[in-house]
Amino acid sequence: MSDLVTSTTLVAVPAWNESGSVGTVIEKVSAVVPDARIVVINDGSTDNTEAVARAAGATTLSLPFNVGVGGAMRTAFLYARREGFTALVQVDADAQHDPQEIPRLLDALKKSDVVVGTRFHEGSAYVVRGPRRWAMSLLSWSLSRISGEKITDTTSGFRAAGPRAIDLFADAYPAEYLGDTVGSLTIAIREGLSISEVPVTMHYRRIGRPSKSALWSTLYLGRATLALLVQLLKRNRHALREPVS
Amino acid sequence: MTATVLAIITSVITLVFIIDLLRRGVLKEKYAVLWLGVAGTALILAIFPGLLNWITSTIGVEVPANLLFFVTIVVLVLVSVQLSYELSRHEAQIRRLAEEVALQEEEIRRIRRSLDSE
Repeated sequence: MSDLVTSTTLVAVPAWNESGSVGTVIEKVSAVVPDARIVVINDGSTDNTEAVARAAGATTLSLPFNVGVGGAMRTAFLYARREGFTALVQVDADAQHDPQEIPRLLDALKKSDVVVGTRFHEGSAYVVRGPRRWAMSLLSWSLSRISGEKITDTTSGFRAAGPRAIDLFADAYPAEYLGDTVGSLTIAIREGLSISEVPVTMHYRRIGRPSKSALWSTLYLGRATLALLVQLLKRNRHALREPVS
Repeated sequence: MTATVLAIITSVITLVFIIDLLRRGVLKEKYAVLWLGVAGTALILAIFPGLLNWITSTIGVEVPANLLFFVTIVVLVLVSVQLSYELSRHEAQIRRLAEEVALQEEEIRRIRRSLDSE
């Protein structure tokens, strides 16, 4: 891991009204990978997220209005491709991802195109129940089947992408509901990219994360399944491909 | 007879309204053509009610009104689907532009910074 080159690594932090935590996240990330460039994609925040991010030393890309995580991430992938980065690590602005794990994600990127930090592993404190758990199991079973690789955590936002994945996602990162997680994995699998997982620990702002209502969870299950089906049915994923200049 | 008059008046008003929208440049031609077709058909059927009866009996539908309602519903559903399609396309294009704005803004900031440092 000591031979890890991080000067061509972009750490992308999608942020929507996260002025309270984005500064700390940037500081922690730059302590772990000082050579990497950190870009905060300010997704139409109404607070001073952008100013806080810039003060902490990050580059900022400010979207004129809120487009969702999928759109924010595609902006990051476009930036990575145009600036010639060969690795992109996505870290959430709410401090639930531990930047200490970034080198491990980057290390796994040497062998595969997409690396997902999974919250499901032995000794993990992450537990989900009820319809949400069924939804996650269904998604992980389906994606594992179509990819032929074991994917346990399809909705983790802690990920890394290599050059081939950057090129693909700059054009085709989906903006639909759950597109940033399930949808992007489906696209990667269908384009023949390899995916691997690395166990990670998540920090939650509230201990024992309150379980949402049964109705909400059931809706989540339905929407997740629909999102998966839509992705599987899709054909023309390069409809808005960037013109070659 | 009053029903015929009512139908003719309604069709004519619709036609005039669409033509006016088109004249003022509010409605794009591709949408105007559709509505002109609908209003025109309605006007023809209003002037010649016998035409609807003839078509109905020719294709074997019992009540002329049912055929009219069926065709109307099919047309309206197709128009709604077409509008949803246009809306989805526009949302994707607007999002693409938003992303470009964010990237260009950063590019301008960087160029300005390098000019200042010269």
